[in-house]
Amino acid sequence: MKSSYREALRAGIRDALIRDDRVFLMGEDVGAYGGSFAVSLGLLEEFGPDRIRDTPLSESGFVGAGIGAALGGMRPIVEIMTVNFSLLALDQIVNNAATLLHMSGGQFHVPLVIRMTTGAGRQLGAQHSHSLEGWYAHIPGLRILAPATLEDARGMLWTALQDPDPVLIFEHGSLYNVPGELADDAGPVDIGTAAIRRSGNDVSLITYGGTLPVVLDAAEQLAAEGIDAEVLDLRTLRPLDDAAILASVARTHRAVVVDEGWRSGSLSAEVSARIAEQAFFDLDAPVARVCSAEVPIPYAKHLELAALPSVERIVAAAKATAGAGG
Amino acid sequence: MTGTAGQRRGPVDAAHGRDLLLQMLRVRQLEEKCVELYSAAKIRGFLHVYIGEEAVAAGIMTALGPEDAVVATYREHGHALLRGVSAGAILAEMYGCVEGCCRGRGGSMHIFDAATRFFGGNAIVAGGLPLAVGLALADKMAGRANVTVCFFGEGAVAEGEFHESLNLAALWQLPVLFCCENNLYAMGTALARSESQTDIALKAAAYEIPAWAVDGMDVLAVEEAARRAVDAVRSGGGPHFLELRTYRFRAHSMFDPERYRTKDEVARWMERDPITLLRTALEAAGQLSAAEWEQLKAAAEAEIAAAVDFAEAGTPEPVEELTRFVYSERGAGTETP
Repeated sequence: MKSSYREALRAGIRDALIRDDRVFLMGEDVGAYGGSFAVSLGLLEEFGPDRIRDTPLSESGFVGAGIGAALGGMRPIVEIMTVNFSLLALDQIVNNAATLLHMSGGQFHVPLVIRMTTGAGRQLGAQHSHSLEGWYAHIPGLRILAPATLEDARGMLWTALQDPDPVLIFEHGSLYNVPGELADDAGPVDIGTAAIRRSGNDVSLITYGGTLPVVLDAAEQLAAEGIDAEVLDLRTLRPLDDAAILASVARTHRAVVVDEGWRSGSLSAEVSARIAEQAFFDLDAPVARVCSAEVPIPYAKHLELAALPSVERIVAAAKATAGAGG
Repeated sequence: MTGTAGQRRGPVDAAHGRDLLLQMLRVRQLEEKCVELYSAAKIRGFLHVYIGEEAVAAGIMTALGPEDAVVATYREHGHALLRGVSAGAILAEMYGCVEGCCRGRGGSMHIFDAATRFFGGNAIVAGGLPLAVGLALADKMAGRANVTVCFFGEGAVAEGEFHESLNLAALWQLPVLFCCENNLYAMGTALARSESQTDIALKAAAYEIPAWAVDGMDVLAVEEAARRAVDAVRSGGGPHFLELRTYRFRAHSMFDPERYRTKDEVARWMERDPITLLRTALEAAGQLSAAEWEQLKAAAEAEIAAAVDFAEAGTPEPVEELTRFVYSERGAGTETP
């Protein structure tokens, strides 16, 4: 059936609300407004204000309440409008959600799912354009997901809700309108593994989330120039699927990591380090990275585009890698 | 609602009065022992003792049922003990032993116990308030007539999470009892040096939450206020708020040189030691004999001595288990609590 990333997310939430009475959605403008990105449009009418729960602008308060409700036996889905606002809830996410199981010696589980929009590309300026999922992927105790396809948008949520530990789902803002086909029986998907989105033999393009479509475009352009790129979608940023990364590099012997986060101290740095640690002798060229320029993301369209990973920069990096070494 | 125990009659039920006295003595004895063990380097990390504030936990825990939930602070040994966590499990936790209530992974500031619905032990000031709101939300959504009691100090009042949590609890009429343990100092910062409005109950009232200030040195006054508030919360009255006016007799932690208050001030408050106040009231009412007092003290001392023995016999968790409990183990945590 015809769908979109947004509709796939909504179908996943709706399905979870139907399947499990303990599930509820809570966040700013998820109800009467229909979700700031219209993901939850219509759910208030179907499920009522108890389970589609509008909150005040109190990120720390309602994220913490989500943690408490999870401790109390519910299965909350907390929507934070954007990753930028999640910084107001860092205390609850990092000091409580990620630590309670460990600090309590395994007694208290936090089966909480937090969804939030991430990423740049919509001329929203520096305070609405962060890609901080790599920060969160630094934290033991959290699982970090980045659905890039309609299937994952539809299917990751239910699997995340079955997890007894906190799961953060990052939805790139540029993906909501992406159209596509979704199988009528589309359902839960696994959240432990990376996925090959395009097979190839010459170079591994490793990415996730909002840059996946950009990387796939780059791979097509590379194919036209005779370079057969493999595209690996990480899907889960913590824990990383090392085996899939290493297997791809073992086939192609070259890797370009594409990450909309800034390069310094980033997820791309982590992926590159793991390749260097575990597959150094498989490599025919140094690992390359395409990241956002190290500036607060500017408003002006031409400057914003220049700051973000682009098809051109990915193609150039892949070609440089392919031309390097033996 | 404030009262002065020195002028009080004894409680109607003498046995109950003596039990309250015993509860406070147990906490006092545990905390005195913690200080001693810290000095002996048996306990490390940060250690915050509750000496002087025992009437607050003793009065409030008495009003709770087993299905209620408790969220506390980093000064929570007494709350844990009076909630029903064994002194041995608490001390073994501070010893960093696997026999501790959190296998030694939490320490003094992070006492947790699922069996008694004791949800910590939180080292971030005000960090527990949103959790309490969520626990109460779960109870309300599930139709359970439970109460979540949330302890925090007056320092928490300056945090955004305090205001966010009170607003959420009132907006959604959640079954939370907020218990502000106002001991006048946030570490070394006096309330009047950190708040433009020092009447804390007034802040709660601004969120349409019924709120009272209570003499936190008078365990009977605390218990009376707690029963009234817990009953109101449990019967659907929405969140309630108690400001317990108390005082910490000891330093903030083991590293506090106490430059911010005078010895005279401490001495004046120690004249209102909650244990002495209740003991005096019971004796005046003929409800506590000298022999009974000695028995209570001996019982508390024996319990804590046994707890020290338990902790001393504790064992370290094997280092091979270091990475356990970062994520749930297969099959764990999927059951409905």
